[in-house]
Amino acid sequence: MIWEVFRQEREGAAFAHAGSLEAADEAFARAYAHELYGRRNESRALWLVPRAEVRTVDEFVDEFERNYRRVDGYSLKSRLREARERAGTQPD
Amino acid sequence: MSARAPSRTDALLAAADDELILGWRDSEWTGIAPSLEEDVAFSSIAQNEIGHARALYELAARETGGDADALAFDRRPADYCCCPLVELRRLDWADTIARHWLYETADAVRIEALAASDWPELAGLARKIQREEAYHRLHADMWVDRLAGGEERARLGGALESTWLYALGVLDGQLRERFRERVAARLPWFEAAGEPGVEHTRGTHTAELEPLWDEMTMVRRSVPGAQW
Repeated sequence: MIWEVFRQEREGAAFAHAGSLEAADEAFARAYAHELYGRRNESRALWLVPRAEVRTVDEFVDEFERNYRRVDGYSLKSRLREARERAGTQPD
Repeated sequence: MSARAPSRTDALLAAADDELILGWRDSEWTGIAPSLEEDVAFSSIAQNEIGHARALYELAARETGGDADALAFDRRPADYCCCPLVELRRLDWADTIARHWLYETADAVRIEALAASDWPELAGLARKIQREEAYHRLHADMWVDRLAGGEERARLGGALESTWLYALGVLDGQLRERFRERVAARLPWFEAAGEPGVEHTRGTHTAELEPLWDEMTMVRRSVPGAQW
């Protein structure tokens, strides 16, 4: 059984995917995760998720190129420069 | 070591030598454990045991003089105080798990006793070790539960049987009986009876210690006094 492991580095930090491991059951998964992702004090807490419980969404149709929804669809750099010139300020 | 009256370092050295030799034996699985995950976990346990040995040697060295490395590597095999159980070379995983579980169960009884010692440094160190050993026991328990719950029970039973008298030889007196009770409570299907012979009990060594010692001290002996 494959388990996906998520790792929290500090209290309050978001859990980030750390990797996966194979273990026969939950007891083994806990013990292995503890050693594989925690033995160097690099984790404050771990989440263990059976891979079978993970749902995947991987279809992203963009027929009409709505690039205004993406951050790269709107250039802020040139507008910022213009605004600074008008105000007579320079970036730090 | 010269002949001397029993001192408070005796129990300390016995525990340290057990942890060092077992750590060495367990590390023999590095690279060939049943799975990658187990390889990391068991190697990490082996490293922890050697770390416990070092801390215990450091405390002992403050009493006897010398340093932890000298205690770990500069004695002759006959002068080690480890019990025969930890010396056994176990090349079968079921045998290794049987030894691992029996040792962790006995070690828990011993560490509890050391944590209640009236030597404050030893009691404090024992409590620190206890917190790490909790994970070793968790690891040992999960393996035994898993093997005992399926068709592998007969194989585990055989492994426990061939190791059992040696396991009784880790502790003596009241502590041995406490260990026996814990084994019986956890594995009601296993007959935790019998008494160890001299060959199973601390104070003697198996023929398997010397080759281990040879390998373990080889680098140290090749350049005496070298700093690493």
